[in-house]
Amino acid sequence: MTQVTLSGLTKIFDQKSPPAVDNLDLEIESGKLTALLGPSGCGKTTTMKMIAGLLRPTAGDILFDGDSILSIKPEERGAVMVFQNYLLFPYMNIADNIGFGLKMRKVNKKEIRSRVEDMLDLVQLPGFEDRKPNQLSGGQQQRIALARALIVQPNVLLLDEPLSNLDAHLRDEMRVLIRRIQTEMGITTVFVTHDQEEAVVLADKVALLFDGRLQQFDAPDSFYDTPNTVDIATFFGGTNFIPGRYESGEMTTAIGKFRAPHSLVPEGDAVLSIRPEAVDLGEGGENSVSGTVLSHVYAGRYARFQIRIGNIEIEAVTEPGQVKLFADGDNIPVRFDPDKIWVLGPNAAEQPAGATTA
Amino acid sequence: MTTAPAPLPGIAPRTIGRTTLRWAGIMGLLAFLVAPMVPLFIWSISFRWFYPDILPSEYSARAWEQVISPTNNVIGATGQTTLIALLCTVLSVLLGVPAGRALGLHNFKGKRIVEVLILAPIIVPGLAVVLGIDTMFIRYGLSGNILGVTLVHLVPTLPYMTLVMSGVYANYDVDYELQARSLGAGRWATQRYVTLPAVFPGVVVGALFTFLISWSQYVLTLLIGDGQVETLPILLFNFARSEPAIAGALSVVFILPGILVLLLSSKYLSGDSAAVGGIGNI
Repeated sequence: MTQVTLSGLTKIFDQKSPPAVDNLDLEIESGKLTALLGPSGCGKTTTMKMIAGLLRPTAGDILFDGDSILSIKPEERGAVMVFQNYLLFPYMNIADNIGFGLKMRKVNKKEIRSRVEDMLDLVQLPGFEDRKPNQLSGGQQQRIALARALIVQPNVLLLDEPLSNLDAHLRDEMRVLIRRIQTEMGITTVFVTHDQEEAVVLADKVALLFDGRLQQFDAPDSFYDTPNTVDIATFFGGTNFIPGRYESGEMTTAIGKFRAPHSLVPEGDAVLSIRPEAVDLGEGGENSVSGTVLSHVYAGRYARFQIRIGNIEIEAVTEPGQVKLFADGDNIPVRFDPDKIWVLGPNAAEQPAGATTA
Repeated sequence: MTTAPAPLPGIAPRTIGRTTLRWAGIMGLLAFLVAPMVPLFIWSISFRWFYPDILPSEYSARAWEQVISPTNNVIGATGQTTLIALLCTVLSVLLGVPAGRALGLHNFKGKRIVEVLILAPIIVPGLAVVLGIDTMFIRYGLSGNILGVTLVHLVPTLPYMTLVMSGVYANYDVDYELQARSLGAGRWATQRYVTLPAVFPGVVVGALFTFLISWSQYVLTLLIGDGQVETLPILLFNFARSEPAIAGALSVVFILPGILVLLLSSKYLSGDSAAVGGIGNI
């Protein structure tokens, strides 16, 4: 069990371009599964390579349980990285691949053999010892790569896009396997992903990075319920944004006043955000305004409406039955549940006026 | 594709045409590569062979006796040639593998210039190069001995080694090394267990080229060796004019290692290996 602390971690590859990782502070809890999430090129794999010791940071420090490990060689750090493309050594059979780390640690052959067998059982590929990597499917190679990392009982397990090369069915299987092994062995695990859903489903905590800078480090649901910025909310999928002014628990916008008890900012220029699934159609009363149905889509498990209110457009996702209640062109009441409104800070004012859906 | 699939009626003629072509190709290739060696062997066992006879009118083992006899120093020259070629190969591997790695894996300022300069010894005639080097070698006592000849053989061989290895490394994913380090392998263990097996075919191909190029040097050996270093090509040239039978026998001895080495390393020479791809850089 190892706690990993990143302190002011910075990596600059080229003086002319902005830092790949910029002054990153992060407290990765011991024995937990933490996701480094962000679009490609945001510095997440770079961060991971620095933790593993495969890249030297330009500035800042990395601490395992409070001790700086920057001067410790990668092979002695006990932070094992599993690469996105698995990198099974092609001229070794599966047993030699998995046993590689133990061989480097001068463990005797008999013990290696028995531990390789245990590992193959753990990743549910018993009897694969004598096969060659190129005889295995992508999903199997992924599991062997995982076994090869786990056999050395690392302090920190680093997984680079562990699910991205797998098809949907294998992805679920792998997700369950990673979660199960991680919980069983209690290894501090960091994984990199560009897929917010993957991060949310798998991680205990998610660190969101844009352009090498930490945006938010939180439990997964916080990114949906209480994002720090419009950019974060947008990255986590379609939300309605309505700019206005926030004062004493009320949001005043171009389309009316809304009670909004949950806010990131005390008062001033702000943006009201409400997720499409929190918009109630056909309900009057508090926090409701009148809108016009522009179009709708029936998607089986849900229905999606485009609604015009005043001069802005919003999106609403409802249960599928509602397509029978409202036709395009109808004027209907639209209600924003006060408990599901989240008011965002002033940096959100940079967003263009009007509603945005992504 | 060794066995043709059962031909469909409509396309049968084309299938046959292809097979015929393939065999014709193989035969043609054999004729070009093997046929020139046949007369050499016949020369070596002939006593009288005059126009218009297709085969010698009398045979003799004299040439082979001459080859074995100590007076002509064939065995000594063979040993010397082998020693020089081996030394040259070792040096080429030691210098060419790291150089090829640098060229294949890293981008640096002036890389294109370095790549062109590496080819220079192959493009510029060896005679021109060696005349310049000769005066220096005489000054440093490298003329007329094995060490000097070995060093001068590096001029044409090192570019091959370097370029083959740069091709190999260009196709090598260095992340394998990072993966090994991460799993607990030190620098040397990583090279030993991960990198070397991956680039080994390239080392074999490069070493093979080096050995054979050094083995067949004439001009460089003649000038730097200054008549003191007697290798097989030197001996062969001496006999070529006066004693065609002995020259024929010597040629057979001369060709043997090439064929032997080729056969031993043929599995690394297949067309889809990265090592052979590296030769494309030349």
